[in-house]
Amino acid sequence: MNKTVIFLLDGEVIEGSPGKTILEAAEDAGKYIPRLCAYKGLAPHGSCRVCTVLVNGRPQASCIQPIADGIVVESESAEVRELRRGVIEMLFVEGNHFCMCCEKSGNCELQALAYRFGITAPRYPYLFPKREVDATHPYILLDRNRCIQCGRCVRASRDVDGKNVFQFGGRGAGKRIAVNAAGGLGKTDAAVIDQAIEVCPVGAILRKRVGFRVPVGKRKFDHQPIGSDIEGKAGPTAV
Amino acid sequence: MEKPRIATTSLAGCFGCHMSLLDIDARILDLAELVEFHKSPINDIKAFDQHCAVGLIEGGCCNEENVKVLREFRRNCDILVSVGDCAIMGGIPAMRNLVPLEECLQEAYLNGPTVFNPSKRIPNDPEIPLLLEKVYPCHEVVEIDYHLPGCPPPADTLWEALGALLKGNPIELSYELIKYD
Amino acid sequence: MSETLKETVGEVCRSVEFDRSRMIDVVREVQKRYGNVSGEAMELIARELKTHRVEVESVVSFYAFLSEMRQGKVVIRLCNDVIDRMHGADRVLAAFEEELGIRVGETTPDGEITLTTTACIGMSDQAPAALINDVVVNHLSSDLAREIVWELKQHGNPALLVKNLGDGNNASELVSAMVKNNIRHRGAVILSRAATGQGLETALAMTPAEVIRNVKTARLRGRGGAGFPTGMKWEFTRAGSAAERVIVCNADEGEPGTFKDRVILTECPDLMFEGMTIGAYAIGASLGIVYLRAEYAYLKRFLESVLDRRRSEGVLGRGICGLEGFDFDIRIQMGAGAYICGEETALLSSCEGVRGDPKNRPPFPAQKGYLGLPTSVNNVETLCCVARIMEHGPGWFTALGSEQSAGTKLLSISGDCKRSGVYELPLGIPLRELLKLAGAEDAQAIQVGGPSGQMVGPDAFDRTICYDDLSTGGSIMVFGPKRKILEVVDAFLEFFVEESCGYCTPCRVGNVLLKKAVAKLISGKGSQKDLAYLQSLAETVKKTSRCGLGQTSPNPVLSTLENFRSVYEEVLVAGEAGLQHDFELSRAVSQAARIAGRTSAHLHP
Repeated sequence: MNKTVIFLLDGEVIEGSPGKTILEAAEDAGKYIPRLCAYKGLAPHGSCRVCTVLVNGRPQASCIQPIADGIVVESESAEVRELRRGVIEMLFVEGNHFCMCCEKSGNCELQALAYRFGITAPRYPYLFPKREVDATHPYILLDRNRCIQCGRCVRASRDVDGKNVFQFGGRGAGKRIAVNAAGGLGKTDAAVIDQAIEVCPVGAILRKRVGFRVPVGKRKFDHQPIGSDIEGKAGPTAV
Repeated sequence: MEKPRIATTSLAGCFGCHMSLLDIDARILDLAELVEFHKSPINDIKAFDQHCAVGLIEGGCCNEENVKVLREFRRNCDILVSVGDCAIMGGIPAMRNLVPLEECLQEAYLNGPTVFNPSKRIPNDPEIPLLLEKVYPCHEVVEIDYHLPGCPPPADTLWEALGALLKGNPIELSYELIKYD
Repeated sequence: MSETLKETVGEVCRSVEFDRSRMIDVVREVQKRYGNVSGEAMELIARELKTHRVEVESVVSFYAFLSEMRQGKVVIRLCNDVIDRMHGADRVLAAFEEELGIRVGETTPDGEITLTTTACIGMSDQAPAALINDVVVNHLSSDLAREIVWELKQHGNPALLVKNLGDGNNASELVSAMVKNNIRHRGAVILSRAATGQGLETALAMTPAEVIRNVKTARLRGRGGAGFPTGMKWEFTRAGSAAERVIVCNADEGEPGTFKDRVILTECPDLMFEGMTIGAYAIGASLGIVYLRAEYAYLKRFLESVLDRRRSEGVLGRGICGLEGFDFDIRIQMGAGAYICGEETALLSSCEGVRGDPKNRPPFPAQKGYLGLPTSVNNVETLCCVARIMEHGPGWFTALGSEQSAGTKLLSISGDCKRSGVYELPLGIPLRELLKLAGAEDAQAIQVGGPSGQMVGPDAFDRTICYDDLSTGGSIMVFGPKRKILEVVDAFLEFFVEESCGYCTPCRVGNVLLKKAVAKLISGKGSQKDLAYLQSLAETVKKTSRCGLGQTSPNPVLSTLENFRSVYEEVLVAGEAGLQHDFELSRAVSQAARIAGRTSAHLHP
């Protein structure tokens, strides 16, 4: 039962413990697979598709696909990188991401991924959707313009905070984050210390009155590409 | 040999990207050695009368005049570069894309809390270019060859990019030179 | 909070024993009684079912037949599928709008009638058609639309609109529908009228493992479209030591252009229930669920009566056919308007009372399905095949069909053909033969397998309908010589944009982008670069999407780029290089020009 699973990741032999996903096993081996909806300690979601890899030639989301003996996983090939890049660009045109005035800038995982992929502009047309901002909570802001529908807040609120403050509403392009009260976030029992507030990868859920505290140059991704911690590399990495 | 010509313009921008170009500091002297500035706010040349190697576009398209200028740049420049977030995605001006145009004008000139406008009229001189129904990224109006993001792009980004273009190389930016803020 | 609403919600929740997993039944009932599920109702339902308001909201906002906004007592849902449009649905819609004095999406000021459009309702063979509450009205014209409105204004009762009953069981009291079966060709397996009901007894004389072996020997594959071997699916579901297992019949036939399950449900429900019971015996299930699409609600009472009869006959319920210990019963779960719920894991989500989002795999339904129990989800037609295989043996079944694809297939043919309807034909039949039967020899293009399938032209008419060549869940749409292919592609993309659940990025965003790209080409503003862009975008969506919907939604684009390249090349623009031709200054300044009361000074390109 305790024997390890052996598989190939970009031509390298990786050993992982049974039951781990490809993303986790790769991470244990110091290989970073880009991701947005996946978050340590939350159930895998498989929605953003940024962690797409080819498993024996077939595209799979590595955050939900368990490792298996002998599988051949392709993660850093030109084809896979191009697919991921496409998905990241879709997230940029789908919402209203005005990085220049967003408090999350520099610490935003979506932005950091775009930096890591060297994206200078998306190839898709901007959709400029109309989205609602919910500022009813005294300490928390919910700005749906920046939401990427990753569902981290939904899972954290339900599974960690035990509150079910957030859930998805609508479907398709109209999918949006809904909150557990008719009167907005301020009428829910959301608290500023909730994990649901902490886990947002973008600037959609923010604590009020703490923005821009960290100066430019000292923010999380100013000098280190996202994933550097996993890759164990100190300085900037050519990617 | 003739020096390659560069043209620059600011459409719906704040000139911050031009400021960033000046921010290359002493290297501006090297740049002046390498290139000749043609139509640009830097030297105040108003019209194209020669073809240019590179056109740098700051700002997106928010009105009909921006479109006219941008198309002129496309016709007169071999390589067109969108410089800064406004050119790339509309930037701050594009925040109005989330509000209907008429409502925007009313808020700006009639109903906004800080408006002082005794005439109670929305400015409408024939000289004022008509607004587009939304702010367009430049590459949705003409084809753009390169994008240099940032608000503004760091001076080093502009320096690196121009250096590459003048050597005939494609622009490749290192991690620290791609920033969206 | 209003007392009557509180009482009603209490009563409705009690009827499902306050079971949270029966949420769809609860919200459907509240919607039916009040015309909406209001915020207040959501609070009450959440309290009764011990869940959260936002969970109720997430369900109500997901399904097309549910709404938070109040709708009219009568809701007219006109099908706007491409086939219906070809038959004049746009004119019918205009007549409805004019006669009601409202636009689509609105409700009459007196709160009586709501007009809306909906995706394929399974009536492509009698298009244009609409649902008026649960009542199907077919073969619509603008005159008929006016008449319907006039009548509804008199009595407000959709049931009174039923004038000429359809054939077969459509005319039975429990169905009372104008729907026509349009059975054009009866094959040996399903529509033969020869079924005896002996399949169940034969199966019960075998061990479950033998039943599965027979299904495998018959090489039966899923009839819903994906074609997974049924025996193997059952074997997986049976494996493991679960105390309880579930068999689900997928009657959420939503692929545009498909209506063959409608005919099975109307004419051979016994065969379907028999197959389901055999499946239950084979996998060891005690619970069966038929997931019936909301559009087929008019069949619910009839199907329930068949279930009742089967219970009284001893072929359903406790100790089936006298076999002690074999207890199995079936309930009907209504859908609420979502194409995605035809995807088996989304269907299970819906059965569990949540949004119809597909689930992550693994685990597969065979391991962990409905409420975590090992579950086999099978198509209506597949289950009918099972009953007949048991009756006549696998050899009889494999003798029908082709070398690789055993048995017959029900095909729903619609569009530009003389005889649209249901054809049961042996698998392996060449497309050309099919078109001859249907009277569609002059077809320009055939969409095989619905929007998620592929479009082929005359050079492919010698290809065959089977799992290894042109595979289909049953939808065959015929497009005559005058149809514009790109408009069909556009309509299909519109369908996918409407029906994407939005769970994963590429399907949620990518389909919107695909539609925009095709619209640009249709408007004559696209260049060669746009074709490359379209191809690459379509491939990204196909490769990165999470479930079958997004993995197949680019097919209309990809198959037409391959098989109908010329229709794209014909519309390419040859304008000035360097400009984006879809940017039109005159359009972009039109609002400002109106506000300013003057024209643009720069209206040259």
